[in-house]
Amino acid sequence: MINKQVVARGLLGLARGMSSMKWPAFGYARARSLQDVWRLQSEHGDGARLIAGGQTLLATLAFRLSEPTVLIDITQVPELRGVSVEAGTLRIGALTRHAELGRDELIARHAPLLREAVPYIAHPAIRNRGTIGGSLAYADPAAELPACVVALGATLVLASAAGERRVRAEDFFTGLLETALRGGELITAVEVPIATAATRSTIAEVARRSGDYAMAGLAVHLSLGSNGQVAAPRLVYFGVGNGPVLAKAAGAALAGRRLGAESIAAVQAALAGDLDPPSDLHGPPEMKRHLARVLTGRALSRFLPATEVAA
Amino acid sequence: MNDMPTPESIGLSREDLPNSYIGRSVPRPNVPKLVQGRATYTDDVQLPRLVHAAFLRSPHAHARIARIDAAAAMQVPGVVRVFTGADLAKVCDPWVATLDHLKGMKSAPQYPLPLERATWQGEPVVAVVADSRAAAEDGVAALLVEFEPLPAQLDMETALAPGAVVIHPQLGDNLVFTRTAEKGDVAAAMAAAHKVVEATFVTGRHTGVTLEPRSIIADYNRAEGTLTVHHSTQAPHMMQGVFAKQLRLEDGQVRVICKDVGGSFGIKVHVYPDEVAVAAMARILGRPVKFVADRFESFVSDIHARDHRIKGRIAVDADGKILAFDIDDLTGIGPYSVYPRTSAIEGNQVVNLCGGPYDFANYRCTTTVVLQNKTPTCQYRAVGHPIATAVTEGLVDLAAEALGMDPIEIRRRNLIRDDAYPYTSPPGMRFEGLSHHAALDKLLQMVPVDRIRADQAEQRKRGVHRGLGFASFIELTNPSPFMYGIGGARISAQDGATVRMDPDGSVVVMSGVTEQGQGTEGILRQIVAHGVGVPVERVKVITGDTQTTPYGGGTWACRGAGIGGEAALQSAIALKQQILVVAGAMLQAAPDSLDIVMGQVVDRDTGRERMPLAELGRIVYYRGDTLPKDLPRELVQTRHFITKEYPFAFTNGIQASWVEVDTETGMVKLLEHWCVEDCGRVVNPLLVDEQVRGGIVQGLGGALYEHCVYDEQGNLLTTTMADYLVPMSAEMPDMHVGHVETPTKESLLGAKGAGEAGTAGAPAALMNAINDALRPLGARVTEQPFTPARILAALSRI
Amino acid sequence: MTARIDITLTVNGERVTRSVEPRRHLIDFLRLDLGLTGSHAGCEHGVCGACTVRVDGEIVRGCLVLAVSLDGAEVTTIEGLSDSGEVEDLQAAFVARNAAQCGFCTPGMVMAAADILRHHPEADRAAIREHLSGNYCRCTGYQAIVDAVEATLEARR
Repeated sequence: MINKQVVARGLLGLARGMSSMKWPAFGYARARSLQDVWRLQSEHGDGARLIAGGQTLLATLAFRLSEPTVLIDITQVPELRGVSVEAGTLRIGALTRHAELGRDELIARHAPLLREAVPYIAHPAIRNRGTIGGSLAYADPAAELPACVVALGATLVLASAAGERRVRAEDFFTGLLETALRGGELITAVEVPIATAATRSTIAEVARRSGDYAMAGLAVHLSLGSNGQVAAPRLVYFGVGNGPVLAKAAGAALAGRRLGAESIAAVQAALAGDLDPPSDLHGPPEMKRHLARVLTGRALSRFLPATEVAA
Repeated sequence: MNDMPTPESIGLSREDLPNSYIGRSVPRPNVPKLVQGRATYTDDVQLPRLVHAAFLRSPHAHARIARIDAAAAMQVPGVVRVFTGADLAKVCDPWVATLDHLKGMKSAPQYPLPLERATWQGEPVVAVVADSRAAAEDGVAALLVEFEPLPAQLDMETALAPGAVVIHPQLGDNLVFTRTAEKGDVAAAMAAAHKVVEATFVTGRHTGVTLEPRSIIADYNRAEGTLTVHHSTQAPHMMQGVFAKQLRLEDGQVRVICKDVGGSFGIKVHVYPDEVAVAAMARILGRPVKFVADRFESFVSDIHARDHRIKGRIAVDADGKILAFDIDDLTGIGPYSVYPRTSAIEGNQVVNLCGGPYDFANYRCTTTVVLQNKTPTCQYRAVGHPIATAVTEGLVDLAAEALGMDPIEIRRRNLIRDDAYPYTSPPGMRFEGLSHHAALDKLLQMVPVDRIRADQAEQRKRGVHRGLGFASFIELTNPSPFMYGIGGARISAQDGATVRMDPDGSVVVMSGVTEQGQGTEGILRQIVAHGVGVPVERVKVITGDTQTTPYGGGTWACRGAGIGGEAALQSAIALKQQILVVAGAMLQAAPDSLDIVMGQVVDRDTGRERMPLAELGRIVYYRGDTLPKDLPRELVQTRHFITKEYPFAFTNGIQASWVEVDTETGMVKLLEHWCVEDCGRVVNPLLVDEQVRGGIVQGLGGALYEHCVYDEQGNLLTTTMADYLVPMSAEMPDMHVGHVETPTKESLLGAKGAGEAGTAGAPAALMNAINDALRPLGARVTEQPFTPARILAALSRI
Repeated sequence: MTARIDITLTVNGERVTRSVEPRRHLIDFLRLDLGLTGSHAGCEHGVCGACTVRVDGEIVRGCLVLAVSLDGAEVTTIEGLSDSGEVEDLQAAFVARNAAQCGFCTPGMVMAAADILRHHPEADRAAIREHLSGNYCRCTGYQAIVDAVEATLEARR
């Protein structure tokens, strides 16, 4: 799956006068445990890159954007697999493929936002290979999953030879295609607080064609009291910034208020302070701001009682 | 039996057709291998000692090539040789793409690899040949090429202004060609009109994106002195001549073979410098060299098209009668006119085709064709038609709006009457017979206009904006030498077919037209089966080999059925007559008392079976001693066909598009699409219908998604399929196709072309549908592609 | 380190062992090492779908899979799918409706359509269009393809 990185650096490739689609020469090693990964990393040093589903990495290699000396295949590392629930937390192994996210019963029950997001991610053949860990590590600003994990208030479990640490998803994405991952570190799992009866979540996006990266998108997660009052809203926008954008002003405009036309309008107005989108091939920043407001209205309206939507 | 055949005498009357293969939806013989992955495209051909080429392409829109250092590249494992422009110029001459009949046209000599300057980003500059494509790319990465960037001329609007960068100083300026067609008195008509409306239209630069990229293997055999080229091309005989001429060989030394070709759409009918370079390298190396463009290269080096800005005015009287069109077209074509068709034809077509469906008196249209430092443009599916149709139909809808008239009504009042033919249009196009009103009537039987308008009104109350748009169009097909030949280009307008019967009674047809998926071989099979009188399964078709097929022009401008099909029909009829002479001698019967039906010689009057063709074949080929000594027994016939009365066989049609515009997001949802077209005799409705649908989708793609976007330095930004958006299945609508049949009288078969009708009309129909949806909101779009950003801007939402 | 690596896998039911460069993608492996030219490289960056093949029972983009990573895997290409007879009816429907023109996308399209037959027997036209939305066809208007898949699904019900 091609991402912005390809677009940005594809130009660089041409600027170097290169014409290429074949991957540059590299070595290959398969790791069968995390210990294996650490060993191979220390053997090959900085030139080593990890490969999981490969749906982003291999597309970027086709343009010779980077020339790793060796690819360490982590798809057979058992510590990175599996979906489980423990003590109110849903643990999703980093190797969980997009297609698995879409059909896993635990995910459907405890983090339905992820399941809802899957059909927006590329196409079936890509979803059969691409992994959640890979998607988060590549941090494409227009990708769905980074925004979803931030909206869900998830925690990413990172590991390296030095040990394990946990980083809140909202702190993980640090800039354009940049993350909190340190050299030699990988994502082992995503931990998501499980949904309660009051949880509401949804995803909305505008893409030119089915499966395309979004021109603008929104993943939202909140609690809705029986009186219609919103608690802990997390509105996370994608395709409109350097990474997933947790809209704090918009969230503040909604928190504690009853969900309705008025509060939704307040959220839309508050968004101006949250978003500073770049222009891209699809259009100027104003378009992205506009689309973000539209999506906000549409997404939040889904949580209204049917009678209010009609009105 | 020696009377000239007529459509009726050969079973093409309306009554006979139910029993004929012509007009029937016979599945194509090629498809089973396609669905099982057993086709043979150029890249599938394996030859001994094959080496692979990759190219270093210019990173700059315009630059001097200061230095080329291949030392490091030559050290890369697998690299065989590096070639520069100077290396290839020793064996290969440059070409200049002009046509004599386009008065004043000029362009510069183009080499396979440039000698001094690169003039567009993506132009091939240095070639590396290696034992694999990957190694060749490694070699390219190791090349050191110093470029000195030069100022680039990118904007076509300033290409002729003082201070413009003159791309080829020897030409004096950047003007390639200009032509004005004028008829009547436009100024007076405008002055006297009830309403004059005007608009500026932009058609976005886009490209063909054949799924099989351009592919070539050239192999020079020094012992034989022959160049054999496996080529993904539409025009093998033309390419034979091109390779021979540029490489200083005789035509007879060059053989071009096209096996399966993965789509063409005009992209593969041009001469590309990297492909000529491959032939030149094979000539030097004396071994086969393969080049298959990767997708990145395709975007920067396949021809682009439709980079036009058109200002248009239309004048109407109070009854909605069109009085005049006044059109000014400007197009940028890149740094070279493309050989041998030239890049002036698209603009010329705009001049020829604007206003085409309508009966009006006053016309002025100018095209101005200029150079720029972008990828060269040239003929691409429906050359010029989508542009002319969008301008014409956009203006007609604007006029209707100004008059408060229904868009169907204004068309009905102005479309050329069905009994008005022959008819000559203001720019001088001669129409043999069109059916605009019949097509409109048929369309209105298919499109539930009343229901749609009711739904539209109802939805508007709920804030849902739907629109219905129409576009009438004409399409130029079956070109005569008036298109290219009279301009001096070695592009054949005639085509030939050889049909033979083998001993088992089966029939083989060899044709100069070619197959890239249109169904050429399928319809040739049907035509020959009909013409000879054998089951369709007994006919084998051979195309795409200059050594074995009759000389012909190949497949372009929708000439496969109209020209190639007619040649096949005539040779099939000739073979049948020859078979019947032999059968008559064997059966002691007058040849014209006999007929051939489903592989059996029968009595013409009673249908009684007399002899299977296999028996006739057995005797002719193995027991010729039993036949009368002087009996002519050549069971093979060749006929060539060229149109003679009309320069082009025009077709016509009308499309309708029904869309929903999300006025909040600017997204357009395609709800349904209709097309009625008249391609004359329909040989195979199944094939024509999906050709039309494919054409519609290609037109919708250009109108909604496809756009070659450049930055201010002349860098192409849309070089991946994630950035250059093509239409995919999820967004495309179901499409309904209807036919009116007005066979051309130029041929027995009566077929005109069908492949470009969809593309010609779809963008205009879509534009008018979007604007119909936007009209109550006071918004309008005329700049393609109709992106969400443009629609939102038109709505003043952003 | 870029040296060839030996892999053994099952392709179309046959066990094959080859020594491959790590940088070779699955489509080049199939085409160049095994002579299975039915799978096509249309874009080589994961967008066009012409390279769609099955790996361990699921469709993938062959241009985004390292051949060396498939040691022990089971790969099915259009050739194997055809020989197995699994989608004979689908292929017949493609032929009957002219759902292939130039044919370059067709093997990938058939692989993706076969995935619908296996996993989504209830798919309607919209679902068919959606499932095939990663497979580019320039020639048809997609309609004949959708018709062919829909007719096959209906006939199998």
